[in-house]
Formats: sequence, structure tokens, C-alpha cells
Amino acid sequence: MNVVTSLRDLLTRNLRQSGIYIAFVAIVALFAVLTKGVSIGPENLTNIVLQYSYVLILALGMLIVIVAGHIDLSVGSVVALTGAVSAIVVIKHGGPWWAGVLAALAVGLVVGAWQGFWVAYVGVPAFIVTLAGMLLFRGLTLRVLNNISLSPFPPEYQKIAGGFLNGILGGNGYDVFTLVIAAIGIAGFAYSQYRSRQGRLKYQQAVEAMPLFVAKIVLVAAVVMAFAYRLASSRGLPIVLIIMAVLIMTYSVVTTKTVFGRHVYAIGGNLNAAQLSGVKVKKVNFWIFVNMGVLASVAGIVYSSRSNSAQPAAGNMFELDAIAACFIGGASVSGGIGRVGGAMVGGLVMAVMSNGMQLLGIDQSIQQVVKGLVLLLAVAFDIYNKRRAAAAR
Amino acid sequence: MTSPILQMQSITKTFPGVKALQDVSITVARGEIHAICGENGAGKSTLMKVLSGVYPHGDYEGTILFEDEEVKFGSINDSEDKGIVIIHQELALVPYLSVAENIFLGNEQRGAGGLVDWNKTNAEAATLLARVGLDENPVTPIGLLGVGKQQLVEIAKALSKRVKLLILDEPTAALNDTDSEHLLSLLRHLQGQGITSIMISHKLNEIAEIADSTTIIRDGRTIETLDMRGGTITQERIIKGMVGRDLEHRYPEHTPSIGDEVLRIEDWTVHHPTQQERVVVDHATLDVRAGEIVGIAGLMGAGRTELAMSVFGHSYGSRISGKVYLRGREVSTRTVSEAIEHGLAYATEDRKRYGLNLIQDIKTNIASASLHKLSRGGFVNGNEEVKVAEQYRRDMNIRTPTVSALAGKLSGGNQQKVVLSKWIYTDPDVLILDEPTRGIDVGAKYEIYTIINRLADAGKAVIVISSELPELLGICDRIFTLSAGRITGQLPRSQATQENLMELMTKEKELVR
Repeated sequence: MNVVTSLRDLLTRNLRQSGIYIAFVAIVALFAVLTKGVSIGPENLTNIVLQYSYVLILALGMLIVIVAGHIDLSVGSVVALTGAVSAIVVIKHGGPWWAGVLAALAVGLVVGAWQGFWVAYVGVPAFIVTLAGMLLFRGLTLRVLNNISLSPFPPEYQKIAGGFLNGILGGNGYDVFTLVIAAIGIAGFAYSQYRSRQGRLKYQQAVEAMPLFVAKIVLVAAVVMAFAYRLASSRGLPIVLIIMAVLIMTYSVVTTKTVFGRHVYAIGGNLNAAQLSGVKVKKVNFWIFVNMGVLASVAGIVYSSRSNSAQPAAGNMFELDAIAACFIGGASVSGGIGRVGGAMVGGLVMAVMSNGMQLLGIDQSIQQVVKGLVLLLAVAFDIYNKRRAAAAR
Repeated sequence: MTSPILQMQSITKTFPGVKALQDVSITVARGEIHAICGENGAGKSTLMKVLSGVYPHGDYEGTILFEDEEVKFGSINDSEDKGIVIIHQELALVPYLSVAENIFLGNEQRGAGGLVDWNKTNAEAATLLARVGLDENPVTPIGLLGVGKQQLVEIAKALSKRVKLLILDEPTAALNDTDSEHLLSLLRHLQGQGITSIMISHKLNEIAEIADSTTIIRDGRTIETLDMRGGTITQERIIKGMVGRDLEHRYPEHTPSIGDEVLRIEDWTVHHPTQQERVVVDHATLDVRAGEIVGIAGLMGAGRTELAMSVFGHSYGSRISGKVYLRGREVSTRTVSEAIEHGLAYATEDRKRYGLNLIQDIKTNIASASLHKLSRGGFVNGNEEVKVAEQYRRDMNIRTPTVSALAGKLSGGNQQKVVLSKWIYTDPDVLILDEPTRGIDVGAKYEIYTIINRLADAGKAVIVISSELPELLGICDRIFTLSAGRITGQLPRSQATQENLMELMTKEKELVR
């Protein structure tokens, strides 16, 4: 393919997704201008990562839930419950930080299995199961916390969400280690892209033109390095960013390259057809919710670590942020469509908007209005797109 | 004779790529019971949808005269205002609402202040129920009534709309003999009150019994209208009109080489998934050999799909009993994955609802039933997947620029090829193809037949379920007939004719009950 056709191919193929990428860039640019550069300053970028990481982590699990045609309203409560359990172990009983983490993960697993059981094997709609879960786990949170906050966590635990890896390689005003990690990441990305290109060539499939391929990698490298540079000149590489990077990569692979991922999309796209193709629908649905439970517990750990406490009201409305992230990122309300990349950008759109409006000192009430409108318009766009696709059929 | 109540003149209705109706004309005399006959897919239902305004004026060509006046319906409401009411095969009742509420649904009896007047509603409903001879309390939830009684409620509902022309689509398909009898006598009774009826039916004995005239539709054209009064028209005469068409060159030549038995189904009995006392498939026994193409003929509602789907991983029905033998060995096909493992494949009659993930691309669909072949350690090899899909694109001649195109964007014929590819890729021993050419144009049909022959030549056992008898006669080596869930006969191709198949397919229930 030559540059023009492969560029056109890239754009049309990803139109559904590229809309949100363009919107994201526009929003970032808008707030950069409005805040006179503060919003993309090193300190603030670091803040965004620390502050909104839990939304992105939840959105990863939520994306799979939504693609399979379900919904999970309970994640906010599960974040609270897992954070609370962790606090009980670490703060109340003086356990080590990792014991708190393990306890939280275990609770997340059990919660997921519980909800998965009702959805998959009893056949109660996920909306109901997780609505019940929302009440149930919030109630349990209040119960285990005895209605009071627990704090503070020991420093090691706080480091999970608030810690930085820096100074390991020294630096002159900025952290060399961060830059090195970013460079390694870019090299890894370039190599995996190259390998998949070679794989496609080996199978004699069309690949994008070489200049475009290089341009793509250079663009990604530039963005990542710019971001890394900003982080490096602030506090260094946040630990939570590493956790998130690993999770995002893992779930990109899970959704696009595994049999499990395929089954999720098959169930969401056409349940009947999936069933008649031998997909074990119940089993897949069960594991979707187990996965969501575990990711909610990860978010619970990160959030409790960041807020340095376990509060009875923690995680309130988190489910809505995660759901909104998926839909803004192009996931289909009726299931079967949605990508990890889209959901992450969707989450970042929410994050950058909230953060930007906070920087501008916009009233909380207006912030909510704006976020609501963005969600509505994003889904309206999705429906419009679908109708257009149906007309073209 | 008075002037006709309805004249439909030169109706032509096209769907993208298909002419469903071509220059169809039909005249219905006032006060008669007019039957419309034709094979499945001949265009009967389309014609009725044109008449009732489901396809609005402008969507079709031709004119409709109702009571000597040209009508141009924009919707069902318009036709109902004129007194034309259609009762569909799938009843349009809300199960949790009462009989009276259902009758007046959308036409609520208002009292003071626009509120529903329940006394009036229930009283009028009782009157209407009396007119259709149904002795039920109007406040009974309709879900508690049997199908036969629900059918009567539908008619009561039609009466409440001051119906002049009542259209019934397969009214007795789901009814037992007593209920059918009751319904037919009710139609005759209503005829006495001046109500004209159009009845679409497959049950030729009923038509012979009740209809004053019969119009036969075939391949979207009116063939003839027969005057049934005087009783000179036999069922055989109607069948001849329904099926008469030439069979030459529509099916590829094929010389079968038939081997050992691959699949045998014995004593297979299936009950309805929710109405568990209803038998849908009744002690069916059939077999198919390697390299053989076996047809299953049956009218709509005979249990063809239900038989196939219940065998394929118990995907339909409840209280399933019977045995499945593969190469002489009894196997369990309780789940779809078990069925696939044992070498069964089932390509559904409804591609869009049960066969394909329309919002995914071609390659994903082809791979979807055999991901284990493409994956190692749970990871799918996407490149291998493309290679496989490309292979099938060439072999099956799927017309698409790329295997990354969405399945939903393909034409019916190409979608069917994707479905077949998906199942062939599972490397089955037995392929059950349910209506493999439904909604496909003639050219693509020929290609599908060629593929089916190729599969048989490769030693697969193929079962073809079809409502089109010529198709079965054209491609099958042996044909089973199914009527009311029972296998009523099997004929080798050499002995089968449309007439004797149709006779076996309509063989009535006296054998059953």
C-alpha cells in the first residue's frame, strides 16, 4: 500500500475510534490554552495520573463487561470494600502492606465470583445483580469500618499510589530513570509493531506503507517522550503509572488476541450465534465478573493508598466514571463493540476535563453538567454512527 | 354476485436484490372466505403486508381498491380505520394483561376525564367474547389461556375494530384439531354476519373444507384463482398449482458415492421449551450416510428446525429424549461444544439472528467455532486466522474486497458462504444445513448447491432442511418428510415427487393422536 491509501485506510477503519482521539487532543489543547499551559505542566500531568488512575483501572474491567453486553454498577462499592478490608489488615491489625494488598485482591475475587454466579448461572440480569451489589458491598463497607474512616496507612502502602521511582540513575534537574524507562517502553513498542508487521508480511497480508509505519512509531515515541520528560522534570515515574501500563498492555492483549477475548466479543455481538458456535457462555460471563471484581480491588488498593485512608463513602459514583469512560471511548451500549484504547482515552477525556475545570476554578455544579453533556453527546455520536453504518449496509 | 370488496391490481414489491411480488393481482368477493396458498417464501405474507399497510403506499407498485375506492395506506392504523385487520401467525398479545385489556389495547375505552372506563371495557369485552364463542372472564390474564383461545381473543380484538375484512396468517398452524375446528366454524359464522376473510394456510384439507375461492401464489406471481364452491377442486389440484415449475438446470449435476452410515438419530422426542407438555418432535428416527445428501421436508411448524437444533447441543426444547449414534457409537450432544467435538455442524436458517456476528468481520466469524485450531495457550494467531479466511474466501467465492469487512455488509448469499465456511472449518462429519438458500438469489443458490455437492463428495454426511421442495428434489439423494413433529415417510430421490412429498408433509394428525 502506498502512503495515501494506507493513511485513508487507517482513518476510515478507525473512524469510530479516531473521533474520540481527535476530541481528546482538542480537549487537551483547549485546557492548555485556557490554563495558560498549567494543565500540561509537569506537576499537573503527574497529578492527573495519580488522581484518575482508579478510573482507568476500573474502565479496563468495565469495558469487558460492557462489550459482553452487561453493566456493573457495584464497582464503586467494591472499591470501598476492598480498600476497607486492606485498611483493617494493615492499619487495625498492623499487618504488612502486602498482606493488605492480598486481602483486598482476595475480597475482589470473591465479590466477582459472587456476582458472576448470579449473572451467569442463575441468569439474573447484571444490572440487577450489580445494583444489589452496590448496596450490599457498601453496607458491608460500613459494617467492617464501623462507620468511621481508618487512617493513616504506613508509608510503604502509601507508596503504591503516591510513590515515585526516581533518582535511581541520578539526573540533572530531571530524573534519568524515568526517561530510560520511557525509552525502553518505546523500543519495546517499536519492536512489537515491527514484529507484527513482519508477521503480516510473512502471511502476505497488506501492511501500511513503510513511511507511515515509521511516522506512527515516531509520533508515539514523541508523545511518550514528551510526557516522560514532563514527569522526569517533576517527581519522576509514578509507581501507579507502571501498574497501569502493565494492566493496559495486558488487557489490550486479552481483548484482541486471546480466545477469551474473542468469546467476550462474540457473546456481546450475537449471543445466539455465540452459543451455537460452542462458546461456553455461562463460563465466560462468570469470569468476566470475576475479572471485574479483581480489577475493582486493584482500584480499591490504589485509591485507599492515594487517599491514605479507608472511608465509608469511598468510591462513590466511581462506577459511573468507569461506565462513562467506556461509552465515550466508543463502546456500544448494546454490546459487542469497544476497545481498551478507546476506553482509556475516554477515561482520560473525563480526567483531563475534570482536572482542567478544577484548575480554572469552575464550580463543581458546572463540572457535573459538562461531564454529563459529554457523555450524552458521545453516545449520541455512537448511535448516529451506527445508523449511518446500517444505512450503508 | 355483489361487487368485490377488495381488488389488488398488479402489485409489485421489490426488496434489495429480490422481487418478492411481481404483478400480483387478487380479487376478493364480498362476504367470501378466500384462501391464499403457496409454498413458503412464495410471497403470501408480503402480499398481506402490502395490503395492511406494513409496507406503506409508495413502497410497492400497483393499486389497491377497497370497497371500490382506491386506498393508499401509510401504516397499519390506516388500514384498520378502513376495517382491514390482520392477525399474524405470531399472536400480538401481551401475556400479562387481561383479555379485555388486550382486546382494547391501543383503543382504550375512555370514560370521564380521559381515564380508562374499566366497567365499559370489561362489559364490551364480554360481548365480543360471546360473539367469538369464548367463555372466559374478561379479566383473566391472557397468558393463562391456551393458544386456541388466544387466537379467538385476537379475532374478538379485530371485531372491536369493526372489521370488514379479516386476514388470518396461518391461523391454525399452532392449534390442535378441536381448536382448529372451532376456529373454522367461527369464520363461517362471521361470514354469516357479513365479514369477509382472507386466510393464508398450508393446511389444504382445511382450505378445501372452508374456502369459497383459493388464489395460488408461486414465486411472487399469482398463478390462478380457483373457485372452490361445488367441491370439484381437490387437494391434489391445489398442490399442482403450488409446485408446478420446471426443475431443469437449476441444480448442478451430481453423482453420489454413498458410504457407511455416519449419523443415526433414534426415537428423538423434544418438548416445547416453555409449554413443556407440548410435543414438538415426536419419536423421530432418521439416518444419513457418508457422501449422502439427505433432505428433511416439512411445512412451517412441522418441527424441522426444532429437530435439528435439539440434536445440535440441545439448543432447543426441553425434556429431550432419544439417542444419537455417530458411526454406530452412541454419543452425547448435550452441549454445543460436545456436538462440535463429535463432528456435528449446524448452519442455522436464520443467519442474522443465530448464525453470524454481524458487527464483526468475516475472518472472526469464520474462526468463531474453531478458535482452538487457531490458538496456542489461549492466544489467537491473528495472521493464521487471516490466512484461513482468505483460503475460504477463494474456495467459497465469497465476494468481498477483504476478509476484514463486516459480515453485516455482505449480501445474503455471501453471508451464507461465511456461515458455511465457519462450519466447514470445524471439519465436521455431519453438516445440518437449515434452509441453506433462504433469501438468496438464484445465482448464489447454484453456488451453494455446488458447495453442498462438494461436501458430499468429500465424504461428509449432509442433511438439508428446506421448505422448497424443488430444491430438495434437485439436490438430495433421499428425503424424509416431517409432519407435526413426526417422520411421516422417506423417499429416495428416484421415487420422490413434489406431489407425494406434499401429501406426506400434510399427512394429518390422525396418525399422531
